[in-house]
Amino acid sequence: MVRYTFKRLLSLLLSLAVASLVIFAVIEVAPGDPASFMLGMNAQPETLAALRTELGLDASKGARYLSWVGGMLTGDFGTSYTYRTPVIGMVADRLWVSLPLALYALALSTIVAFPAGLFAASRRGQAGDIGVMGATQLGVAIPNFWFAMMLVLIFAINLRWFAAGGFVGWDKGFWAGMHALTLPAVALALPQAAILARVMRSSLLDVLGEDFMRTARAKGLTERQALWRHGLRNALIPVLTIIGLQFSFLLAGSIIIEQVFYLPGLGRLVFQSISARDLIVVESVVMLLVFSVIVVNFLVDLAYAAVDPRLRSRT
Amino acid sequence: MSLLSIQNLSLSIYGVDILRDVTLSVEEGEIVAITGESGSGKSITALASMQLLPKGTQTRGRVMFRGQDLTQQDEASLCALRGNDIGMVFQEPMTALNPVQTIGAQVAETIRIHDRSVSRAAAEIRAAETLTRVGLPQDRFPLGRYPHELSGGQRQRVVIAMAIALQPRLLIADEPTTALDVTTQAQILDLLKNLARADGMGLMMITHDLAVVADMADRIVVMREGEVVEEGETTHLLRHMNHPYTKMLFAASGHQVNLPEVTAQPPLLEVTHVSRDYRLPRKTLFGPAGHFRAVDDVSFTIHRGERLGLVGESGCGKSTLTRALLGLERVQAGTITLDGAPVFSGNAPNLAVRRKMQVVFQDPFGSFNPRHRVDRLVTEPFHLLPDPPTGADRTRAIDAALTAVGLAPADARKYIHEFSGGQRQRIAIARALIIRPELILFDEAVSALDVSVRAQILDLLADLCGTYDLTYLFISHDLSVVRTVTDRVLVMQAGKIVEEGPTEQTFENPQHPYTRSLIDAAPVLPEIHAAE
Repeated sequence: MVRYTFKRLLSLLLSLAVASLVIFAVIEVAPGDPASFMLGMNAQPETLAALRTELGLDASKGARYLSWVGGMLTGDFGTSYTYRTPVIGMVADRLWVSLPLALYALALSTIVAFPAGLFAASRRGQAGDIGVMGATQLGVAIPNFWFAMMLVLIFAINLRWFAAGGFVGWDKGFWAGMHALTLPAVALALPQAAILARVMRSSLLDVLGEDFMRTARAKGLTERQALWRHGLRNALIPVLTIIGLQFSFLLAGSIIIEQVFYLPGLGRLVFQSISARDLIVVESVVMLLVFSVIVVNFLVDLAYAAVDPRLRSRT
Repeated sequence: MSLLSIQNLSLSIYGVDILRDVTLSVEEGEIVAITGESGSGKSITALASMQLLPKGTQTRGRVMFRGQDLTQQDEASLCALRGNDIGMVFQEPMTALNPVQTIGAQVAETIRIHDRSVSRAAAEIRAAETLTRVGLPQDRFPLGRYPHELSGGQRQRVVIAMAIALQPRLLIADEPTTALDVTTQAQILDLLKNLARADGMGLMMITHDLAVVADMADRIVVMREGEVVEEGETTHLLRHMNHPYTKMLFAASGHQVNLPEVTAQPPLLEVTHVSRDYRLPRKTLFGPAGHFRAVDDVSFTIHRGERLGLVGESGCGKSTLTRALLGLERVQAGTITLDGAPVFSGNAPNLAVRRKMQVVFQDPFGSFNPRHRVDRLVTEPFHLLPDPPTGADRTRAIDAALTAVGLAPADARKYIHEFSGGQRQRIAIARALIIRPELILFDEAVSALDVSVRAQILDLLADLCGTYDLTYLFISHDLSVVRTVTDRVLVMQAGKIVEEGPTEQTFENPQHPYTRSLIDAAPVLPEIHAAE
């Protein structure tokens, strides 16, 4: 297990190094001068020269890459050109909204999907299964911005249980923050829960057909005992894969929901900085997202090994 | 009162009749073998004895276990019965165990599920005792082992340990050794027999292998298409079998073919000092990767017109050698030539040589694309030819190949699912024959077939030897089949050829201890032909 973890960790570091090189190459080294791109067509030569100096564009490419990576390692992500504030602060503020939102949505989707998948699988072909599968079909099909607007209409405007948008901030207390994130989290979780429930169901059905489930029944386990003791853990591997993918998506891909609920999240930050051509922010946020995806994959790998002993011994 | 008595059991699954009026019984301490070909209903009979039937099953008749009718019991009392009074061992040891639980936990589960008052620690002690009893001593196979760390035979021992942990009165074994090598099979059969005798258990053995049946059983039940056609005490039944189906089964099991004589011919395939290594995962990060030598310095020659056999147990390198012969993989040492030309040249199979070789695989179900019609399937080897026949020539070639293997030209427009296992294997042979190859490799080509079908395919092979002057390499773990369809045989162990010689002589008088152990372990059909 230690060896396995070490190997996965090594591959994590390698992926990060490669990703940083690619991002740097695409944004900074690609044809065209970042400074003139950021300032647009009609920039004054003096402004351009000043920005070039500020960005350190006169240095060699290698030196620029090293100073960028070195900066990130020491927590210096540079200064936003548009807002004139350190990028690290901006990203941290946004992350305090996006990360809890993603985790909240993921928790909701898992809590709904696991029982739904189990329920459907244990009643394969019966009314319960057909009902759950129909509901998930709908969950996948409904566009989540429309669902978000419906949530606002019902729970914010009619019932007035939640605010229609905005974020109060965590200094108002944990529950106030969670309360504010509830509607967006539900909107985000719906399609994810639908997908996860379907994966859970089909994965369980695969496992139910396995020989060792019959062995378990021959030992005297009831169907339910066999499902819980032998089926569930074996069915988890594909489910874990999907959960890992969903987290990465939720962290960065919630831009539409952030827009609907007017949340100051990472998605909107990327969108705004791309519109403002603030390459420094874009670069940092993209790197951060890549980092989180790679870390999540690493955690998923560890979870695989925890679930399946065959992966532990294979090196 | 019998231990188990199945009375007039009829069973259908979603309206399809599976069993008709099955009556049989197992007494305390008795070994009863149920035999028959696939589709005879023997496995369903075993499952019915445990009431572990698939959804949509309707039964009539009674399954009496120690005086209680199991068909009338509710699920809770059946669960209390399964594993406690009736244990079951399955065919596939590779998949019958939960891969994510230790063997100790799985054996202990049988104990704890039936008696909650047993502590975890006490259950583990009993699990350890049971594992030791089935030949997995704790010093070598501690409870914390996972199934993937064990071989097939060892896993089957774990499955048996799970089944006998509570010393059930009845043990049902459904093809318990079919997936195992002969030497392992002999050990597992001994184990089952000894356990049954020691505990006075009734043992219901389901097997298609008549040699095993004759060797093990006190009583034999022969089934066909859901019906019991004959049953009787073993020695009596072997001497006086009445039903034509029983006679046919035994005759087909010991089926012999007469190969046409061959005269000395020039060498066709020459294998000289061939070794094939597989890379193992690195032990340390930057250390050299280890190697596993799957085929180790193998040399042999197949002469034109010769029928050569290759026998050995799983993992001995048979399949690796087959792939190397076909030029599918690079070998690390030695040369393989067909008619003097290398089978692998540059980085790819040598096409000029490949079109002179064809292969027939084991699995008649997995080796065809289900979306293609038979004509397309059998003409697949044409892509090896520089100018494949088209139009009428192609049709003629297909007709000839299908006719040669005993099918009709009209079958060309059918899909593969319309054929039985035996017919599919005929199609596989037609596919191999269609480009008139100089050498055919049969890789366990009859191992998945029922005995009666196997006998037909072997006859076909003998016929084709006469009409096509076939040269082939017949690879199999089944010694009796190799014995009848080959002139010369190679015995392979751990990547090496340990013995080589004329087939009959090698089987009569094996020189190498490994060959002897293989022949000794293989169950033998009793001489019954005299009594017919």
